[in-house]
Amino acid sequence: MPTTSLIVNGKPVSVAADGDTPLLDVLRNHLGLTGTKFGCGLEQCGCCMVLVDGAPEKSCGTALSTVAGKDIMTIEGLGTPDRPHPLQQAFLDEQAGQCGYCLAGILISAKALLDRNPTPTRREIAVALDDNICRCGSHVRILRAVERAAAQLRQGAAA
Amino acid sequence: MTGAATPELPPLLAANPRLDQWVRFPAAGRVTVATGRVEIGQGVLTAMLQIAADELDVAAERIDLETGDTDLTPNEGYTAGSQSIQYGGVALRLACAEVRALFLDRAAARLGGGRAELAIHDGAVVRNGAATGLDYWALAGDIDLSRRATAAAPVKAGADFAVVGRDTPRIDLAAKVFGGPAFIHDMALPGMVHARVVRQPRRGATIGAVDEAAIRRAAKGPVEIIRDGNFLAIVGADETAVDAAAAVAPNHVAWDGIDAINPAQEQARWLIQQPSIDRVLGAPLPEGPTTGGAWREATYTRMHIAHASIAPSSALAVYREGHLTVWTHCQGVYPLRTALAKTLKLDPAAISVKHVQGPGCYGHNGADDAAADAAVIAVRRPGAPVKIRWRREEEFGFEPVSPAMVTTVRAALDAANRPADWTTEIWSGRHSSRPGGGGNLLAAEALPDPPPAPPAADPPESNGGGGTRNGEPLYDFAHKRIIHHLVAETPVRTSSLRGLGATINVFAIESFMDERAAEAGEDPVAYRLAVLSDPRARAVVERVAKMAEWQPGVPAGSGSGRGIGFAKYKNRAAYCAVVAEVEVDQSVRLLRVWCAADGGLVINPDGAINQLEGGIIQGASWALKEGVRLDHAGIASRDWETYPVLKFSEVPEIEVELVGPAADRPPLGIGEASGGPTVAAIGNAVAHALGARIRDLPLTRDQVMAALLKA
Repeated sequence: MPTTSLIVNGKPVSVAADGDTPLLDVLRNHLGLTGTKFGCGLEQCGCCMVLVDGAPEKSCGTALSTVAGKDIMTIEGLGTPDRPHPLQQAFLDEQAGQCGYCLAGILISAKALLDRNPTPTRREIAVALDDNICRCGSHVRILRAVERAAAQLRQGAAA
Repeated sequence: MTGAATPELPPLLAANPRLDQWVRFPAAGRVTVATGRVEIGQGVLTAMLQIAADELDVAAERIDLETGDTDLTPNEGYTAGSQSIQYGGVALRLACAEVRALFLDRAAARLGGGRAELAIHDGAVVRNGAATGLDYWALAGDIDLSRRATAAAPVKAGADFAVVGRDTPRIDLAAKVFGGPAFIHDMALPGMVHARVVRQPRRGATIGAVDEAAIRRAAKGPVEIIRDGNFLAIVGADETAVDAAAAVAPNHVAWDGIDAINPAQEQARWLIQQPSIDRVLGAPLPEGPTTGGAWREATYTRMHIAHASIAPSSALAVYREGHLTVWTHCQGVYPLRTALAKTLKLDPAAISVKHVQGPGCYGHNGADDAAADAAVIAVRRPGAPVKIRWRREEEFGFEPVSPAMVTTVRAALDAANRPADWTTEIWSGRHSSRPGGGGNLLAAEALPDPPPAPPAADPPESNGGGGTRNGEPLYDFAHKRIIHHLVAETPVRTSSLRGLGATINVFAIESFMDERAAEAGEDPVAYRLAVLSDPRARAVVERVAKMAEWQPGVPAGSGSGRGIGFAKYKNRAAYCAVVAEVEVDQSVRLLRVWCAADGGLVINPDGAINQLEGGIIQGASWALKEGVRLDHAGIASRDWETYPVLKFSEVPEIEVELVGPAADRPPLGIGEASGGPTVAAIGNAVAHALGARIRDLPLTRDQVMAALLKA
């Protein structure tokens, strides 16, 4: 079995798997990082969103061989209960979620947005999240949470 | 026996009458509270925790919840129908109150009287606020909680609630925000194998030939192919290999006996010509025109609707030493156990069914079927845990969907142009095919000697009805009746989806009301209030009008419009009124939604508002976008492109207010209350904007263009 090296949440890892194994399967089954979710396997719902060298990618349609040597960030790398990312704290503050299955992918998409645009309008946030489906209807809270996190991050940067 | 009359136990307490089925004190400082209700994204566990904490007078942090587990929790049937708090919460509350009273009685006996001066503070018995040295755990050995509940202990008055009625953060949200293990999809057990099922394309289809070699080639790794009758599954240790094989497998199985369906049946009007089981509910049928006034009639339709859960169904099962354990995200662990026992010819006592959270389901989706898949494979491969995860196409293509429906409203108007005699005539497939009776599991149908197709049945009116749900308007009309045509044969399997028939019935009733108001030259809000005497109903309608700064007399046909919709869910749960604001050119843009709801005692106001918001967004999605597409082989819309739902950029601004949350009123189920009124409000807003009425859902661009051409 070929071995592929990549960096996941800041740590170098080496994965023995076929090069066309979906990155999602690598994360969930080989590395035990189940925070990233399977939603459709069709690159349509955004549940499996991760950052590849900082850009949002649907990991269900990303082959392992295409991310060799790259830097992957998953929800587990965003923050922890002890050191939450401002986005995670904002989602808790706004109680932004119902079943919560879509949240990992949405948090990653939101992180990618705020990294490239620290002052998004409500409309820009909504458009950036159009790659993610939420079926429960937590959208309004999620939009509020991303706005709150953006404000928090700006405050932190100014301080 | 004492001579004192005992209050009648509410149904769920009568079915689970032992107090230790609800409350236990397993270790110092800890309380176990069991509920048969399960978390399906609606926040019910947080609410149950609040109820128990208040009635037991313990900090919520001391409580360990057990939920939906045939080994551990009460049998509460299904977590469905906005009934968890209204019935399950009430039963839990009574059980907790009785436990608290028993312990206080016992404490008084130990302390030599003074019961009236005793209270419990965070589990400790206090006398006039001072410690007594006693607590639940010190007394637990003295009290046998396996006794029968009496429901005689008083529950707390609203004024004494500490956590009930206050915004409380969801106990399950943090794990989901930090990517921790939260869902059955994330469960793994040592030695676990992954499995996918190759589904019968239609009920009754039989396998002609299987090209196993082609399936194995696609796997690019070792997989096992299991076949029993027409049940065909691919199993292996490597999920990637199993997935790759499952993706191509449908191309390598030849099926016989596939009954083709008519794709035109994706629209609902075919239902009217079908054989049906017919009933009349309410006022007898009029023998002829009952008033000298005019008769009006209009027909409204909607297509089949998918649950479209964000993730496909999953389950885990293991069969060891004659005992089957199944982990599932289904809504009813006990009914599923019954169905699995029949399918597998096992004693129910040899099966444990345990709930683990899954994606929001909004009703009967593929969860039960996935559990049956895992169980059927597990008993054929004893020892190894078997994990099933359906494919996206499988969930869309094989889950039971909400039936297409036709609702015709017919009314005789009085001299003031108000309906005096009202008929709601409903054509619908069944709204329940849950597996409790033993049938209705896809895997069971594929095995040798499949069970006969269960006879058509709908949830009874005592349970809110199915097709008939909210078919009777709450308005003060002298004569009201429902004619229900339950259509037995539908092109695809149908079952319950949030709101059941209420969605189209409320859309029909509220559209018809707006049409009559317009005809009478009256404002839609004023027209409704003139025939709505229930004060709580009036309150939500008046509140939402105020929130939206409703203006009578805005002319129709300007391209922008507002509409109102109202219902009391099931005519016995929460009251809910919604105003929607839209802009319509070639398609509909939903701009703002206001909602006022009265759910009586609301345990977690923020949780209730979250549910109402979710119902509004899901309702908007149903109204504007959703309809299952059919082809000759069944459901054709098998991905998010062919079954689109509302996107972030299409979501309106939403404002929700709870009207008079009343601590001493019984709770009224709120989780499904806003969907119907939202669909109705959007329909009325679109009609107002266009100056033309669209009576067939969804209100797509094609429908708008057709309406504009007709107008």
